[in-house]
Order: sequence, then C-alpha cells, then structure tokens
Amino acid sequence: MFATEFEYKKASSISEAIQLLSSNEGAKILAGGHSLLPMMKLRLARPTMVIDIGGIEEMRGISVENGTLRIGALTTHAQIADSHVVQEAAGILWETAYGIGDPQVRNRGTIGGNVSHADPASDLPTVLTVVDAKFTIQGQGGITRRGSRTVSAGDFFVGPFTTVLAENEVLTAIEIPVLAENQKAEYAKMAHPATSFAVVGAGVVLTVDNNNVCTAARVAVGGLTPTPTRGPSVEAALVGKELTDENIAAATALIDGDLGSDILGDIFASAEYRRAMAAIELKHAIFHATGLAHH
Amino acid sequence: MNIQVTVNGKSHEKEVDPRLLLVHFLREDLGLTGTKIGCDTSQCGACVVKMDGVTVKSCTCLAVQADGSEITTIEGIATNGELHPVQEAFWEKHGLQCGYCTAGMIMTTVELLEKNPDPSEDQVREGLKGNICRCTGYQNIVRAVLAAAEAQRS
Repeated sequence: MFATEFEYKKASSISEAIQLLSSNEGAKILAGGHSLLPMMKLRLARPTMVIDIGGIEEMRGISVENGTLRIGALTTHAQIADSHVVQEAAGILWETAYGIGDPQVRNRGTIGGNVSHADPASDLPTVLTVVDAKFTIQGQGGITRRGSRTVSAGDFFVGPFTTVLAENEVLTAIEIPVLAENQKAEYAKMAHPATSFAVVGAGVVLTVDNNNVCTAARVAVGGLTPTPTRGPSVEAALVGKELTDENIAAATALIDGDLGSDILGDIFASAEYRRAMAAIELKHAIFHATGLAHH
Repeated sequence: MNIQVTVNGKSHEKEVDPRLLLVHFLREDLGLTGTKIGCDTSQCGACVVKMDGVTVKSCTCLAVQADGSEITTIEGIATNGELHPVQEAFWEKHGLQCGYCTAGMIMTTVELLEKNPDPSEDQVREGLKGNICRCTGYQNIVRAVLAAAEAQRS
C-alpha cells in the first residue's frame, strides 16, 4: 500500500519542526511512524507534508528529577520497557509499555506519537491519565503563550484521534510524578488478541496505609470510551475503606455510572459487553495493585 | 529525495520517492527479495529487518526514514557462506513449512537472543508475538529458537 504523495522534510530541532508546521497547511509530524504511516497507507490521512522529527535527540530520553519522571516524547516503548528508572519511578508505565503491540512495534513506536494519535484503544492515554501525567507542548504564539504550555493528561484527550494540540504545536515531553512507597499502581486490560490493543483497559493509583485502608484513589478506564474516563464514584467509594475483596467489588461496580452513554462497540466486542467488562478490569487492576490477585 | 543506506555492510545511494516504503526499497531497488511483504499493516512480521541494531517492520517505515542508517536483512546474517546459528537451527528443527514467514522469524530471533541468550519457552513465544506463521502451529519454530539459543551459548 502506498500513501498519497507528500513532501518530506527532516527537522533537526523542535523550533524547526514548529516553523515547518506553522508555515505549511496540511503538514503532519512523523515520529516513529507507527500510527501515522498505517493511517497514510490506508489513505485515512493524506498530509501534504511529512515533518520527520525522528532525528531530534533533545526529544529523547528518560530522567528523574525532584520527584518527577520526565520522558522525552520521542522515547520508544521499548526504551521505556527496558528502563530501570521507569520501573522504579512508575512501574505501571513500565509494565504497560511492555504490553504494547509486539517487539518491532515497541522498537519504533514512541510515547509522544502514541498519545498525539489518541487512539481510544491505546493503553497509554488511560495510564497517563490515572497517574496524572503532564504533557509539555511547544508551539508558536496563539494558545502556546511564550512558546510552551503544559496540559494534564486528563485534559489532553478531546475525542477519538483528537487532542488539544493545535496545528502548529508539538508534544515534546511527558512528566509523571514518581510514585510513593505507599502508592500502588496497576493497569489491567482485556487485550485484543491480534493487536494487543485494549478492548477495555483500567488503571488505578491507590494510596494505602499500614492497615490496608485506602486513603486516596485515582481510577480511569479506556478502550471503551472515546477518551480515558475517570471513575469519581469508584474513587469516593474506595477512600476510607479497607481493601478487602468485598469492598473492592462494591466500589468497582460503581464505574458503570461514571461511563456516560457514549460507549464504543465493534464486531469484536459490543458496547454492552465492554460496559460489563469495565468493572471487571478495574477489579483486576486493584487486585494486582494490592497483591490480592488470586486468579 | 537522495538517501544513503548501508545494507548488509554495503553502502547504497539512491534517489527515492518519499512515500516509498523501506520494504519496497530493499526488494525492488536493491533486489533483496529475502524480506517478504505479508500483511502490509505491521502485524505479520514477514518484513522484519534490523535497522541500527533493532528489528523493525520494514512495511511501516519509509525508505527516507532509513537515510543514514545501517540495515541487516536475512541475506546479510550468514558469514562466508556459513549459515547463522539461527538459520542453522531453523533448518535443523524444520522451523517452517512454506517458508514465507521465515526471514522475519529469523531476524526477530536474532534480536531476541541478543537481548536474552537463554529464554524460556514462554519468553520465546512472547518474543515472536509480532511474527505470524500460518502453517506450522509454531511448535517447530519455538524448538528452533530454543535450539539456536543453546547452540549460541555453547
């Protein structure tokens, strides 16, 4: 399959990429190419110009500073899955990265490209929402005041394949608060058997005291909703409770009320089925997070 | 656009259309037809080659993205006419039937064993997740990978 014709530009810096984006209507950013190229081959995307940012070294890398894990947008899933720094700072992301696609997809696909593509079936939007990641966006004027802005993962995703990124903006880095010792975080998914994409995915970050009582909770589900969906009813029901099988089951059942009416369904898994699986995957995530996994 | 790519140790300079995929560049411009095109949607792994040390699906990479890189294809892993230990093991254990997936399977296995020289059967199956075989049921392929691992360790 061949994409429609386009002009190819290789950007050597973030500012050059933004300059090219700003001055060429219909231009698209190419990172690892594992979202954009398949779209172009199917001709669902027909950019007139492709701006390859793959060579911009300043957009790569993993570091921890002042309690924040910083990952350059061009960092590949394989680099995240192979990183002990990520494993220690945010094990939930480390494990999720390993569950994406297959080895070759992980070798090329990037964290920034993945979230900018905003596929509802992707794992990272849900995980980055639940850990309250902050996205650094660079641009030129307009809403990107002084050249850059920061957007929470929870505000970044607008709809399927749609984000708050303006036409002249590039996502350059993702920052995640390092998880504390008493925070348990886990992501569980029902994976599509062929692609590993999430039919339903669920992420949790629970703060647990010495008596196994949950003192703070963030939960989010994805795959079945147009964008990652937080579960405020579940969170409220978990806080102050001991994390027993019964309390977890009662709290996770409340996710149904947080999902809204816009549930995705396809030939593989109906909307009704996915809705029913949301509480199940959430329960799995909490069981794994709290070490209650016994099935 | 003009690109320079080193393939199996040999440097090539070619003028290519930006939309040309790496797999077509290898097969049609360089005549290296060992790399196959299967699904053309980055799922089957028939087109796996090594680019700058890691395996990639060459149907999901533009030739222009490979500019300046070093690529190894199935044609480039034997040395002086001696099969690579992974090739040898696939032959020995008959890790194939029609052979269409084999080049990709072998390239993935080469990287898998570089990262983990002593994989368990589960790790082999996990590592081959991105390579689909429609003939064998994978049993002999997994045996071949485990045999290659053993041969390379000794």
